[in-house]
Amino acid sequence: MADVNIKINNVDYQVPEGITILEAARMANIHIPTLCFLKEVNEIGACRMCVVEVKGAKGLVTSCVYPVSEGMEIFTHTKRVIDSRVKNLQLLLSNHNRECLSCVRSGNCELQSLCRLYDIREDSIYDGEKPMYDLDGSAVHLVRDNNKCILCRRCTAVCEKYQGVGVIGPNERGFNTNIGSPFNMKLADTSCVCCGQCITVCPTGALAEKDNTFDVFSAIEDPTKHVIVQVAPSVRAGLGEEFGLPVGVGVEGQMINALRALGFAKVFDTNFAADLTIMEEANEFIQRVQNGGKLPLITSCSPGWIKYCEHYHPDMIPHLSSCKSPQQMFGAIAKSYYAEKAGIDPKDIVMVSVMPCTAKKFEIGRDDQAANGVPDVDIAITTRELARMIKRANIDFLALPKEGVFDDPLGKSTGAGVIFGATGGVMEAALRTAVEKLTGKELENVEFTEIRGTDGIKEATYNVAGMDVNICVCSGTANANKVLNMVKSGEKNYHFIEVMCCPGGCVNGGGQPRQPAEVRNFVDIKALRAKALYDLDKERPLRKSHENPDIIALYDEFLSEPGSHKAHALLHTSYIKRPMYNDPKSHPVKK
Amino acid sequence: MKLQDLNSIKERVLSDVLESTETIRVLVGLATCGIASGAVPVMEKLTELAAGNEKISVSKTGCIGICQYEPIVEVITPDHQKTTYVKVTPEKAEIIYKEHLLGGTPVPDYLVGTVLPSGEDEIATCLEETIFYKKQHRIALRNCGRIDPEQIDQYIATDGYQALGKVLTTMSPDDVIQTMLDSGLRGRGGAGFPTGLKWKFASGNRGNVQKYVCCNADEGDPGAFMDRAVLEGDPHAVLEAMAIAGYAIGASMGYIYVRAEYPTAIARLRIAIDQAKELGLLGDNIFGTDFSFDIDLRLGSGAFVCGEETALMTSIEGNRGEPRPRPPFPAVKGLFQQPTILNNVETWANIPRIILNGAEWFSSMGTEKSKGTKVFALGGKINNTGLVEIEMGTTLREVIEEIGGGIPNGKAFKAAQTGGPSGGCISKENYEVPIDYDNLIAIGSMMGSGGLIVMDEDNCMVDIAKFFLEFTVDESCGKCTPCRIGTRRLLEIMEKITSGNATMKDLEHLEELATYIKEDALCGLGQTAPNPVLSTLRYFRHEYEAHIKNKKCPAGVCKDLLVFSINPHLCVGCGLCQSKCPTGAIFGTLRKPHVINPEICIRCGTCISACKQEAVEVV
Amino acid sequence: MKAAQNAVPFNNDPALQERLQAIIEKYKDEKGALIPVLQQAQDIYGYLPIEVQMAVAKAMDVPLEKIYGVVTFYSFFNLYPKGDYEISVCLGTACYVKGSRKVLDCIQETLSIEPGQCTSDRKFSLDTCRCIGACGLAPVMLINDDVYGRVLPAEVPEIISKYQ
Repeated sequence: MADVNIKINNVDYQVPEGITILEAARMANIHIPTLCFLKEVNEIGACRMCVVEVKGAKGLVTSCVYPVSEGMEIFTHTKRVIDSRVKNLQLLLSNHNRECLSCVRSGNCELQSLCRLYDIREDSIYDGEKPMYDLDGSAVHLVRDNNKCILCRRCTAVCEKYQGVGVIGPNERGFNTNIGSPFNMKLADTSCVCCGQCITVCPTGALAEKDNTFDVFSAIEDPTKHVIVQVAPSVRAGLGEEFGLPVGVGVEGQMINALRALGFAKVFDTNFAADLTIMEEANEFIQRVQNGGKLPLITSCSPGWIKYCEHYHPDMIPHLSSCKSPQQMFGAIAKSYYAEKAGIDPKDIVMVSVMPCTAKKFEIGRDDQAANGVPDVDIAITTRELARMIKRANIDFLALPKEGVFDDPLGKSTGAGVIFGATGGVMEAALRTAVEKLTGKELENVEFTEIRGTDGIKEATYNVAGMDVNICVCSGTANANKVLNMVKSGEKNYHFIEVMCCPGGCVNGGGQPRQPAEVRNFVDIKALRAKALYDLDKERPLRKSHENPDIIALYDEFLSEPGSHKAHALLHTSYIKRPMYNDPKSHPVKK
Repeated sequence: MKLQDLNSIKERVLSDVLESTETIRVLVGLATCGIASGAVPVMEKLTELAAGNEKISVSKTGCIGICQYEPIVEVITPDHQKTTYVKVTPEKAEIIYKEHLLGGTPVPDYLVGTVLPSGEDEIATCLEETIFYKKQHRIALRNCGRIDPEQIDQYIATDGYQALGKVLTTMSPDDVIQTMLDSGLRGRGGAGFPTGLKWKFASGNRGNVQKYVCCNADEGDPGAFMDRAVLEGDPHAVLEAMAIAGYAIGASMGYIYVRAEYPTAIARLRIAIDQAKELGLLGDNIFGTDFSFDIDLRLGSGAFVCGEETALMTSIEGNRGEPRPRPPFPAVKGLFQQPTILNNVETWANIPRIILNGAEWFSSMGTEKSKGTKVFALGGKINNTGLVEIEMGTTLREVIEEIGGGIPNGKAFKAAQTGGPSGGCISKENYEVPIDYDNLIAIGSMMGSGGLIVMDEDNCMVDIAKFFLEFTVDESCGKCTPCRIGTRRLLEIMEKITSGNATMKDLEHLEELATYIKEDALCGLGQTAPNPVLSTLRYFRHEYEAHIKNKKCPAGVCKDLLVFSINPHLCVGCGLCQSKCPTGAIFGTLRKPHVINPEICIRCGTCISACKQEAVEVV
Repeated sequence: MKAAQNAVPFNNDPALQERLQAIIEKYKDEKGALIPVLQQAQDIYGYLPIEVQMAVAKAMDVPLEKIYGVVTFYSFFNLYPKGDYEISVCLGTACYVKGSRKVLDCIQETLSIEPGQCTSDRKFSLDTCRCIGACGLAPVMLINDDVYGRVLPAEVPEIISKYQ
C-alpha cells in the first residue's frame, strides 16, 4: 500500500495507508493507552481511553480504529485529550471495587497503571450508585469478580471468536450492563471449557485463576508427604515474563533451581510424559490405521479441547485418542513406577503439576484419572501461580543459575517432548516416531516445518510407507469446530488431527503470564514463546521420543510395550458426553 | 406494469373517487391519534349509516394533523367544498350525517373554526382555512389525511410511483444522485447530513456488490411522531423513495426498521408492500426495466439507541443494538458489512416530490443551508398540539403563537425543547430565530427528528433537563464508558440539585462532566445526551442556582424543595385535609386553623385537592 | 428488578412447540433472523423463558448467551409472563409534563405492584413506556390495546375496576 503523509504532534511522518492512528503513533514511538482494544478480536472503540485530537474532527477521535489519511494532523497529548482520559478513568473508578491492596492484579493491572500514569488522585469524585455483584467462584479454574469489571469485553471477544464457546457475554443494558452467563447461571453450569483465555486478556482483577499456591505450600510443609513436581514444556517459555524478561526468553534452568528452592522433593519434567504420550499415541494411530479403527484420530493432550469436544461435538468422542494427557500420564507413572522404585506408598505422594493451563485444574478432577486408586495429579497450578510462589518465597529468580537438571528417573526428555507446547508440536513429535516405526528407516530430517507456525489451521500430507497420510493441526476451539465440521461433512479426509484448545497451543495457554494489551497488540506472543521451545528442541541431543533411554527403560522394566494391558490401565482414559447447560430448573431466574 | 397503466389507474381513481363529481366523500382520520380518541366507532357509525347509499363514500385516511381535536371527520361534497368537523363522537356523526350529508347543511357547532380557540379561525369551515394550516407547507405530509393509505390506487392517483417511473425510464443513477445533491435535502432524522452526498458515497461499484437501502422508522424521540404519521397516512411514499434510492446506488434490497410500538403503521406498511408487489412496483424488473428491488420489514424491540444508524444495522443483523465506531461509515461498510444507506421516514417522504418537481423547486424553499420544509410535532403547553410542516426559516414565534395557537390558560412561554433528549431548550430570547439546522445548533439545541415541546412558567427547567437525562440513562446501550457511567453520574448530580443537596462545586462538576461526555462518547446518543443539561445551564442557570443556593424550585415543581403550608387566614378548620392526609402530617382542632408538619409531609398534594377554601399554599 | 421469580410453570404444550419450530424453520437461513424469531416466539408464549431460549439456541445454532444478551438488551422482550391485562403508563415528555408520573403512582398504589411486576392473581402487570405518539392526549395510559387519554389520577381506580 502507498504511504500517506501525516503529522503527529506537529512532526511529519510517512506511514502506510490504511493503518490506524494507534499504529501510526506507535511507529512514532508514542504508545497511546488502550483498555478495550485487542487487535482483530475486539475492535469496538468502547473504552474511550485511546482518544486523540485530530485537526478538523468534531469530537475526539478513537485512535484504535480510526485509519490515518493524507494530511491528517494528530495530537496525542493535548490538555483536551488528557482531561478526557482523566475523566474516563475517574468514571471507571466510580464504578470499580478499589481494593487494590488485596487484588491479585495489583502491580500488573492495566487500569491501575493508567491511573498512576494520569495521576488520578480524586478517585472518588464521581462516586455514586454502584451495582453489587456476587463473586462467581463456581468453576474449578477461575473466579469472576464483576465489581472489578470495566466492561472492555476482551474476555467475551476471545471466548466467542477464538474459542467459539461464547458462554459469557454482555447482558442487560446501560448502567446495568454486565458480563455473565445466560440467566445468571454460574460458570460451572455452562459449557465453559476452562481454557482461561478470558483471564489472560482481562486488564483488571475481574478474572483470575483459582489460586492453589497455599495448598502447595502446605503440602510441602507436611512431613508425612512426599511432594514432587512436574513442569509442562510451555512454562519454561513463559515464566521469565513474570520476572521482567522479554517475551520468548526460555528459563528452564532457573525454573528447575527455583522449584528445588521451593522445597519439592523431586523436580520432574512433564516432557518425559510427553515422550511417553507419543509412544502410546503413535502406537494407537498405527493400530487404528492397520486395523481399520476410527479415523481421523484426534489428539487428547489438551483438556480444554477435550471438554469442548464433550460439550459441543460428543459424536466425535470415538475419534479422540484414548491417551491421557502428559500431565495425567506423568501422575499415573509417578504414583506407580516411581513410587515402587522409591519405595513410597502412592498415598503419601503429592503430585503437583505446573501448567500453562487452567483447564488442567479441571482435568485432575475428571473421572477415570486415578489409575492407582488415588488421583494421578493432586494439585495443578499455573505458570502465574508458580511465579507468585517464587516471589512469595523471596527467591531472586533472575539470579539463579541458568544451568539446571531435572531429577531422575522422570526427568529426561527428547526434543519431541519439548515442542508439545507449540501448536503442531504434538503432531511433529508423533510423526518423528510414527514415520520411523512404519518405515523402519531413520528420518533424515526430523523437522516437519509445514505444520509449524501460528496459523489457526494447518494441513499437510506425508507419504509414509506408501500411504498418503493427511494431517491437520489446529488451535483455538473455534478453529477446531471448523475442522470438525469439515470432517463431518466429508469435505476433508484427514487421518490424524492435532487440536490444541488455546490459539497457538499451550505456549499461549490460559495459565501463562498476562501481557498487557500494549504488548499483545504489537507482539506475537505465541510465536515468540514457541520459538523458545523450538530452540530447546534443536539443542537436545535426542529429538525423537522413542529414543529417550528412560522411556525405553520404563517399557522394559514396567510397561512392556506401548498399548499393553498395563499401559492401558495406567495411561489411557475415557470420555463422556456433557450437556450444554445444567438443568435450568435448579437455578432460580433473576433479572 | 407500464407507465401507461399507472396513468390509467390515476385517471380512473381521480374521476371515480378523489375528484368525483357524483359522490360525497367522507374521510375519517384513522391514525393512532384518531383511533386513541375514538375514531373507530365514529367510522363504524358513518359506514353503517351510509350503507347502501351510493352517493356517499366513507373512507379512512391518515393523520390530518391536529391531534388535539381528534376524532376528525372531513366532508367533501361533489362541488369540492370541504368541511372539517372536530372532536366527533358517534352521536355527533349521526347528526352530521342527517343534517349535512343528507340535508346539505353543515353543522356549525362541530366545525373546526367553532372549536379552535384562536379568534381569527372562527370563520373557518375547513382545516385549510385555519391559521394552524395556512402557515404550513405540506410536502412530506402531502397525502396524510388526503388519501386512504390502504389503497395503492389512491396513492397512484396523487402521482404516486410516477417519480419511480421517471427515474427508471428517463434518468441515469448518477442523474438521480445529482438531483438529490442539487435539491439540498438534508436528513430529517436529526443530524442533517446531506442526503445526496450520502447516496453518492454509497454509489461506487454498482452491480458488483450487494448493497442495502434502509429506512429508519425507529422514531424514538419522546414527543416526535411525524414518522408514524407518514407511515400510517402515506406508506407508499416511503416505498417509492426507497426504490428510487435503490436504483441510484445499485441496491436491490431494502429494510424498514420500524418501532414495534407502531402497530397501525406496521400493518399499513405490510399492506402497502403487498400491494406494491402485486402491481409489480416492487419486485423484479420494475416498469419492465432491469431494475429489481424488494423491501422487508424489521420490527424494533424497544431500544431507543437503535435509532442511531450503526446500532440500527447491528440490530437488523440480529444483535444487541449497540453502535459501532465510525469509520467505516455505513456507505462503505454498513448492514451485513455491505455498503448501505439509511434515511429516515420524513426524508424518504420528500423524495418522490423532489424527483417529480425538480431540485430547483425544492431548493427554492427554506434557508440558505436548510432547504425545503420540516415537520414538527407540537406538544406540551400549547393549544394546538399536532403535526405541522413548516418551511425552513419559519420562526419559533410563528410556530408557537400562530400555528400552535399560543399557550393555554394565559400562561407565559418559557422555553421550547427541540430535538428530544439529544436537543436543547430554546428560550424566549431566541423566539425570532429562523428555524433551520444550523441556527438551532448555534443556539445550543438541534433539529433532531422534530419534536417540539413547549414549556410555560410552571415548568422547572432543571426538572426538564433531569427528565431527559433519565431517558438517556435508561436508553444508554452501555457500551462506552462516558455514556454508561458518565450519564448516570450526571443524573446523580442533577438529583442532588433537585433535592436541595448540591453545592456550587457540584454545578462545576456537572458542567465539566457534561462537556466531557459530549466530546468523548462513542455514538450520537451519548454525544448529545448532555445537551438538555448544557442548554438549560446556558439559558436558565439562575434556576439551577436557585435550587442550589436558595434550596428553592422557582417553578414549584421539584417536590423535595417544596414546602406545604396552610394559610391561617383562609383555613376554616374543617378538618377535611387532616382526614385525607395519608401520613398524618396535618394537625389542628376543629374550627381552628390547621398546620402542616413539614417533617412528616410527603408533598403529595392530597390536602390541596381536599381543601375547599384553597388555603393550602406551596412555596 | 425486584421479586420477580418465575413462579409460573412452563407450558410445554407440543402444539406451541410446533409453532415455534415452524417459525424457526421459516427464518433459519435468513440473515439476522434471530430477533424476528424471538419476537414471534414471544407472541406464542407471551414471554421468553429459558426453555424457549434454549430451543431457539439449539435450532439456530447460536450460543444461548448471545440470545440472553439480546433478550435482556431490548425492553420489548420479557423473561417473565405478563398479566391478563397489561397496564402501561406513558412517561414520554408530553405525558410527563402533563402529570403521568402521578397517574403511575396511583396505579402502583391501587394494585400494590411496581413497574415490571405482575399481580399475584396474574390479572394485571404494570409497565412504563416511552412516547406512544399520542401526545395530544397526554397523559396517556394503556390497558392492553385500550388507550386512556387525559387521565386524572383520581380516575385510575375506576378505570382499573372495569377489568376486575
